[in-house]
Amino acid sequence: MSNSSNNYSLAIEVKGLTKKYKDLIAVDEVSFSVARGEVFAFLGPNGAGKTTTIKMLTTLIKPTAGTIRLNGFDPVREKDAARRSFGIVFQDPSLDFELTASENMVFHAVLYNLPKAIREERIEKLLKLVQLWERRNELVKNYSGGMKRRLEIARGLLHHPQILFLDEPTLGLDPQTRFQVWEHIKDLNKNESITVFLTTHIMEEAERVANRVAIIDYGKIIDRGRPAELISRTGTASLEEAFLALTGKTIREEAAESSHQVLRKYFRGRW
Amino acid sequence: MVKLNVIYILWLRQMKRYFRSRTRIIGALGQPLLFLFALGFGFGPVFERAGEGNYLQFLVPGIIAMSILFTSMFNGIEIIWDRQFGFLKETLVAPVSRVNIMLGRTIGGATVSVFQGIIILIISFLIGFRLLSLICLPIALAFMFLIALLFTALGTAIASVLEDMHGFQLIMNFLVMPLFFLSGALFPLQDLPGTVSIIVRINPLSYGVDGLRGALSGIYHLGAFTNLAVLGISCFILVIIGAFLFSRIEV
Repeated sequence: MSNSSNNYSLAIEVKGLTKKYKDLIAVDEVSFSVARGEVFAFLGPNGAGKTTTIKMLTTLIKPTAGTIRLNGFDPVREKDAARRSFGIVFQDPSLDFELTASENMVFHAVLYNLPKAIREERIEKLLKLVQLWERRNELVKNYSGGMKRRLEIARGLLHHPQILFLDEPTLGLDPQTRFQVWEHIKDLNKNESITVFLTTHIMEEAERVANRVAIIDYGKIIDRGRPAELISRTGTASLEEAFLALTGKTIREEAAESSHQVLRKYFRGRW
Repeated sequence: MVKLNVIYILWLRQMKRYFRSRTRIIGALGQPLLFLFALGFGFGPVFERAGEGNYLQFLVPGIIAMSILFTSMFNGIEIIWDRQFGFLKETLVAPVSRVNIMLGRTIGGATVSVFQGIIILIISFLIGFRLLSLICLPIALAFMFLIALLFTALGTAIASVLEDMHGFQLIMNFLVMPLFFLSGALFPLQDLPGTVSIIVRINPLSYGVDGLRGALSGIYHLGAFTNLAVLGISCFILVIIGAFLFSRIEV
């Protein structure tokens, strides 16, 4: 993938992005960019600020400071244009369990204003892609975890987004389903040239699918680059080891910390 | 900008969820039916001896209003549920103004409550309730829908500022129950002590109960037009407040 710094070729461009809550800086002056067609992994320990960043990128919360360009649009001021540009699979399921798979898809299509003819064609194609077409008229509450995930991915693609956000898309899935989910994602990225922005805790997955990764800890990006670059820079053998070398081995508390502590840990983590 | 197809799909979602959950339909009938039977037959003789006529005839509109009040508040507060189980996010990232989403949900929730009210009305016929005339039925339905809309909007407004279901008991005991008991649903509004009388007149549900009672049995105490005006205006205000608070939700 090209790492062109040409502005119009960027799917996502973030500068100085900050989110402060009362005494906690969840995201602290984060800047990065994702090129069109790239698979970009956003990695970090629990509570590092990954989900908060995704929420700001996807118009769910307002940044305290900083600018975002999503497909060229500002999610704060050009909400609807930004919203049409992306699809998202949230960390926790956001399907209506009391509706069938088809009904969930139709609901989404109406929200995104897809004409009826296009809607039906795409729903069929996508549900076949994620192998749920045969069971489209079953209530989602009877689906397994993997089926729900696949349905969410299909739904996120229904309005042909330019950018797909995946917040831990394989959380709680068995290896078979995980494999399939990643295969779908790689296919989509290759065949439909969709930009993928993902978070995961499974470094092996990130190493395999991502063109570039950024590692965030205590709200700040501490390193970024291609997986191979990070590995060689830290003198380790895998992205998992590189990740541990960069972020340390202590388990994170997701509670508020003073900015002094945050700063200290930030510098300590930065070899 | 109002988008009718978005409002419609949200309304349809509420309808599907309602008709698919039989246990909820039956569960929500329990309390109103208990009130109807226990109070209707229990207080009937006393009411008649006091020269007020048939208590069942008096009580049914109150119980219909009660069931609409409870169902509506619950439907509004269900947003907290959607927020915890994630579905709310699906609607919040969609390229649609949140006012449409709030309107669709609220109208859907209100329709569900009206259905609950109609079920109570039908059961009431079976135990001896009689309509003044069939022509009054549409007026009764209009009052039912206004009550439903008012309290679904109120529930939505409250749910938009609450994080989780912990506050639910608080709302039931300090808002919903007083609204119900101090609305004239169970007792006539004539000759009430001063304070109670004032509270009853501040309570918008009183106008819904009186309107419904007037439409079903012909006697308006507060006046048909006053009922309609107060309900209509409160509805309008609460839908605006609800839409405003809903559009500010961050998840």
